[in-house]
Order: sequence, then structure tokens, then C-alpha cells
Amino acid sequence: MAKVKLSSFAFARSGDKGDGSNVGIFVKTRADYELIKKVLTVDAVKRHFHGICKGTVTRYEAENMLALNFLLRDSLGGGGSESLKTDAQGKTHGLALLEMEVER
Amino acid sequence: MRDKVLIGYGQGFWGDSILGPVRLVREGPLDYLALDYLAEVTMSIMQKLKGRNPKAGYATDFIAMLSRVLPEVHRKGIKVIANAGGVNPSACLDAVLDLAKKQGIKGLKVGIIEGDDILVRIPELLQSGHMLANMDDGRALSGVQDRILSANVYIGAFAVAECLRQGAQIVIGGRLTDPALVAGPMIHEFGWGPQDFDKLAAGTMAGHIAECGAQCTGGNFTGWRDVKDFVRIGYPIIEASPDGSFVVTKHEGTGGLINRETVISQLLYEMGDPNRYLGPDCTADFTSARIEEIGKDRVRLSAIKGGPATPTYKVSISYLNGFKTTGQLTVSGPDAVAKARLCAEIVWGRLALDGCTFEEHEKIVEIVGAGVCHEGIAKPTDPPEVVLRMGVKCNDEDKVDRFGMEIVPLVTSGPPGVTGFAGGRPKATDIVGYWPALLQKDQVKTRVRVEVT
Repeated sequence: MAKVKLSSFAFARSGDKGDGSNVGIFVKTRADYELIKKVLTVDAVKRHFHGICKGTVTRYEAENMLALNFLLRDSLGGGGSESLKTDAQGKTHGLALLEMEVER
Repeated sequence: MRDKVLIGYGQGFWGDSILGPVRLVREGPLDYLALDYLAEVTMSIMQKLKGRNPKAGYATDFIAMLSRVLPEVHRKGIKVIANAGGVNPSACLDAVLDLAKKQGIKGLKVGIIEGDDILVRIPELLQSGHMLANMDDGRALSGVQDRILSANVYIGAFAVAECLRQGAQIVIGGRLTDPALVAGPMIHEFGWGPQDFDKLAAGTMAGHIAECGAQCTGGNFTGWRDVKDFVRIGYPIIEASPDGSFVVTKHEGTGGLINRETVISQLLYEMGDPNRYLGPDCTADFTSARIEEIGKDRVRLSAIKGGPATPTYKVSISYLNGFKTTGQLTVSGPDAVAKARLCAEIVWGRLALDGCTFEEHEKIVEIVGAGVCHEGIAKPTDPPEVVLRMGVKCNDEDKVDRFGMEIVPLVTSGPPGVTGFAGGRPKATDIVGYWPALLQKDQVKTRVRVEVT
């Protein structure tokens, strides 16, 4: 077991859902899927995005894709054209999640 | 019935590269070319243009693109499906007919789908009890009724199929859903019905994968180091079969990458609940799909399950919601971050001296280069320079403009190393608010009209 970034073995993509950010993450093996299911709890993701996500976090599982999908509400400063943020659509939040370090 | 239909997706959004559709037409076999030209904000801009000129209000980029490929499209019999009609499909129809006549193309059938634009019907709908409440927060639409800029229903794939059935080679819609541009041709080619939920779900899923163009062929892929030849990136082609299974691929010899990972990446994009992806024609269960690599740049999806659609259409309404502006300056090191922070304090302080203050949620300070996108996650560093980006929003246009005047003075009256002020003084612009709502399906009737050159 060593501390590694999720980016070393996982993939991610993100975009907006209103004022929320939709962050999907997936892996290539069953073992890694069990790992991210255990590590990426709603609380852990909310903590990781403490500087970005001001609302609640919901987690969905898609086993066929070995994927987890997170909805991070109130994360885009109003969302769409109402936001003043550089990343008003959460395009970079997938990469932000991949920066998390886990024991693997 | 054909046992295989090739549907390319050449335009992922308004502003996507013109090379996408042009190369899909030129660089290999294709039966259909799907093109998305709309976004939430686009419709309000188009209504504004139409207000000034009754012949405007559609995506002129579509005409510019067609002018390059129409003879080839006509000769090869490629059918084009686009939501380029914006808020004025009939003007877009006229523009395509004009272009075809100019290029000497005879016998081209062009069809339009109307009925999505409900802007003028809002008072009548509200009066008859359709609340069009905001899906996000439940607010009543009557509160912003005098500020509405556009209102469009998301129309599904059966209207596209009907337009094709009437013989159109070019199908122009207004606010068609992005996946409908792909599912429509499948319904038409394979004779699927409104109760074929598994197949409709497959069409929806295929459309979802393709709807952002190159985002499923290696674009925006976190495994980007494996992607070859971004310059010549191939746009997606859905190789559809009558049983609902399909292959995601691209023209041979093009750049980019299609594998299980690039396809799953795009499936997750703005996905929401994977068990129940909502569309106007069905709900799709993304977790049911079998996803397998069957060759180089070929990923097959099968076994997709779907269910009935909801009794409502989604409606996209835009409205005026105040004013905003942002401005930026570059601040060099040493101590770039500290100096940028000081600059921001100076701006807010000077505005306050002049009686101009903003609430916390009305203003933003970003120090680009010091961890803006990954706020709270990126570790602090000492970059050689940063971009200070500041902005405000509120209902008072004069206050927003007043803010814009205090950015550039920092060059001579703040800390040293402030530069890079370009683009003039930031000016207040309209904030176009987005108002998602639901409307009972029986309130919407689509109409199809086909004309020939």
C-alpha cells in the first residue's frame, strides 16, 4: 500500500447541472472499483471540494462502467451565465477530484 | 431496411470547429450528419436578433458550413439534421433554399420542425394554470414574467423522424434535444415506435455519447497523453443497428482516440442519475449498457434498457437577471500573489470611498495561476506572475460600470509590476438567467414543413 493520486489509475469528466457540478470518475479494474467505492464516500468528496462545493453531495454508482458519479450542488457561483467564476461550468472539477490521494 | 446506418456528429455546440462537419462529409462514408448549434444562452441572443430583424434568429454558422459542403452532401445523399433553426426555423429554411439555388442544386428537399418556441404563449399558459415553476428552486414564473427573453420546449426524436419520412434531406429544428438528432434517424431508418423503449433508450444513449462532438473521440480526456494527432481529431460516427446496438467510431485515418475509457468519460458527462436519464421520448438506464472494445477506435454498446418518458416536456426559459462585468490585470513577481491580493483590496476600498459597495455574493476575486480552478485543493505556490481577475454582478447597471473604472488605475497607483491591461474598461453586460421548467406534453404540438428547390 502506498499513497497515490487518483489520477495515477482513474479517469474523470465533469460539467454543469444548473448551479451544480456533475463529476464522474471511473477505473479499469474491479479491484480499483471496490477501492474507490470505499474511499470516495459522500463525506470524503465534500471535504475534498470544501473550497468549491457549498451545497450537498449525492453519489451514484454505475457498475457496468466501474464508475461513480457525484452531483456537487451549489458549486458554480450561480452557474451558467450568472456565474462570475472562471470555471463557471465545472469543467475542471474532474481533474480536481483526480488530485485526491488514496492508499492503494 | 438497412442493417447499418452511419450517423456522424459534427458540431458539439454553438462555436464548435467548422472542420468537424466538413471533414465528416469529406473523409469517409456517412449517411447522416447531426449538428447541434444551441445552448441555453443562445436562444435569448437569437430572440434579440429576431426582434431587430424578422429574417434573423437562427444559427448563421450553419449556412456558412453548408456553403462549403452542400454540393457534396447533395451528391452523396447525406442527410443533415440540425437544430440550427434557433428561434426562427423558417428563416433558416429560406437561407438554405437560397444557398442551394445559388449553388445550382436542384431537387434538394429541406424541412423544418416548429412548435418548440412558446415565448408568445407564456401569458396564455400561465393563465390556464401551467405554472412553469423553476425546477431548481420552485419559484413562480410570474415573478420574472416581464423580463423573459426566450422560452423553448425540448423536442424529441419523433419530430425529426417525421420530417425525414416526409422526404427532407436537410432537417432544421429549433430546440431539439441533442440526442434527438441521432435517435431521429434511427427511428426513421429502423421503424421504431413510441413504445420501443429499449431501442429509444439506445438511441438516446448514442446521442448522449456523440452530442459533444470530439469529447468522445479523445477530446477533454484525462488520459490525454495517449491521444494522437489532436489537430486532425476525428468527430464521432454512430454505426447504428436495427436491434438498438451501436458502435462508436470515427473515419479511418483521422486523429484522436476511441476506446472504452473515452466513451465512458463522455457517458458520465452531465449524466446525473445513471439509472434514469430523462429525455422527451423515454428514460434511459445507462447502467444497463454492455460496453466493449471490438477493434481499433471501435466501441460497441448493447443490451441497453429504457422505460416510458415522463408526461412533461422540459422547457428552457431565459430571462434578464441583472448586470455583470469582469476585468483582469497581470501582476508579476516577486510576491505576485500578495500584490494581487492587495490590488483587489485597493479596488474594493476605492469604490467604497466613492459610496459604491457590493454584497459578498455580488463580487469575485480570482488570482489565476494560484489555484483558482482547484480552490482549496491545489497547494499554494509562488508563481512568477498571476492574472488578477475581478468581477461584480447586481441589478444596478451604473454600479457595475463604476466598478469597471477602478481596474486600470492600479497600473500606476498600486503595487509595482501591474501590467497586461488590454481590452479596454470592462462594461456592464446583461446577465441572462436560465429558468428550467416543465410543461404537460399535450400543450405542445410540433409541425413539419418540407420545401424543395
